[in-house]
Amino acid sequence: MSEKPKGGVIEMTDVSVVALRDTTTLALEHVNWSVAPGEFWVIGGLQLTGKTDLLMTTAGLSLPASGGYRLFGYETRLFEEAELAMRLRLGFVFDGGNLFNHLTIAENVALPLRYHKNLTPHDAAPAVQEILELLDLLPLADITPANVAAGWRQRVALARALVLKPEVLVLDNPLRGLAGRHWEWWMDFLEQLRRGHEWFAAIPMTIVASTEDLRHWRAGERHFALLRDKQFVRVGTWNEVLASADPVVKELLAAPAGATV
Amino acid sequence: MKTFGLTNAEILRHSPLPKSYSDYLGRKLFVFLLTMQGMGAFALITLTVMLQKRSVAREVMHPRIRQETTRSGVALLPMFIFVSLALGFLVIGQTVAALAKLGATSYLGTTMVIVIVRELGPLLAAMLVLARVGTAQVIELGTARALGEVEALEALGIDPVHYLIVPRVIGMSLGVFSLTVYLIIGSLASGYLWAFLEKVPLTPGDYFNQIVSALGWLDFVLLALKTMAFGFFIAIVTCYHGLAQPLRLDEVAQVAVRAVTQGVLLCVLVDAVFILLYQAT
Repeated sequence: MSEKPKGGVIEMTDVSVVALRDTTTLALEHVNWSVAPGEFWVIGGLQLTGKTDLLMTTAGLSLPASGGYRLFGYETRLFEEAELAMRLRLGFVFDGGNLFNHLTIAENVALPLRYHKNLTPHDAAPAVQEILELLDLLPLADITPANVAAGWRQRVALARALVLKPEVLVLDNPLRGLAGRHWEWWMDFLEQLRRGHEWFAAIPMTIVASTEDLRHWRAGERHFALLRDKQFVRVGTWNEVLASADPVVKELLAAPAGATV
Repeated sequence: MKTFGLTNAEILRHSPLPKSYSDYLGRKLFVFLLTMQGMGAFALITLTVMLQKRSVAREVMHPRIRQETTRSGVALLPMFIFVSLALGFLVIGQTVAALAKLGATSYLGTTMVIVIVRELGPLLAAMLVLARVGTAQVIELGTARALGEVEALEALGIDPVHYLIVPRVIGMSLGVFSLTVYLIIGSLASGYLWAFLEKVPLTPGDYFNQIVSALGWLDFVLLALKTMAFGFFIAIVTCYHGLAQPLRLDEVAQVAVRAVTQGVLLCVLVDAVFILLYQAT
């Protein structure tokens, strides 16, 4: 982190993204993408189009094969200890949660806080209790993830990503398989975060989320982009999504069998 | 080349069978060398992390180390008490009785020290820990890897080697060392009990004196180093196979078998190195 920061929160210039399922191939090429502080981006794409690969690169968990990527204005490097403080400014929610199965829900949420601030379970408890309460997870605090439904696991993963109060939140397909009441809660909570939630000192959070169903994301001030044919395509606002003649956009707007919004 | 060069070893493992035995042996040798290279790198990374991050997140890491020491040491005590009694009755008791018949009870101390303190005790303790804890460790880490828990740690800025491997390495090193000590004491005591029941003309004082006089300071030093080395290498082999390569859930059982086999081989190799050390000193 020797260079001076410049540009927006996320700045990708001609980036090639490696496919994590086969690291010898590229998932995306020539990605040019800039995210300003406080923006809410929704990245749409069908299955296996590189959504997770793009988000993993965005979070600094995978390096671009080529091109320049700056996070908070700094060139990203993989597993650089010196950049830890910068990396903790970004929270990541995995598709499915990727929770630690040997820990309870409360311990899962407490782990990053305890590890980075060297806290005892007792010292970390107030902050953990607050975030669990905020996300309606308090009744599940002492249960292990295997005994919780998938919708709640996803919410625990959100709590774990938020406990260190990041400035940027990256969510990989957060609404996949969620029941109606869950995704309504998610939409409402993410909108609160974008506007600036009081738990985060009312500072608007920058949010990037991927999805296979654009219909959930119609409300609010959002920027939409599309992944197809190894390309990152900007679509624009919700009105531009609706006006788009792109067949992939139309497919992402069509209700999957049995789904209701 | 993926993590620690494992991809090349995997390619060799999954290629079709070669036409000649020499090709087959050559391939096996390559796989072995690649695995050793990967494991060596993994051991060095673990040692570096252990030293560099010794004061990082103590409130999280110290309970983790205690937990792993309990798992690899304290929790195995009942089994080790049973094994030490069995070892004493089956091996030492019979040796004592045989030496008494030959009138060679004056060699008893030396025989006990060579058989139990230097060889059988440490190796048996290492094998039991490998079987009981090592196997579970590969499955546990392999499943965690397959379910994306390692990526989750990285996303949270937590070094997986520091959080998952370092406590296991320390816990297993301490565990094998302590259990070996208990195993040796237990088997020597139960061995005398057997000899007593067989009416071997040897007083407890003579038995004790013989063993003490056969033991040198080097035995204590090398016993500590050897058992810690066993624990270290068992932890490295099992953690390497469980964690250092991307795994699918269906591969976990297969990897566990491979880790146990290599763990046994590595312990025998370490034992051979210590035999050379004994002879050199």
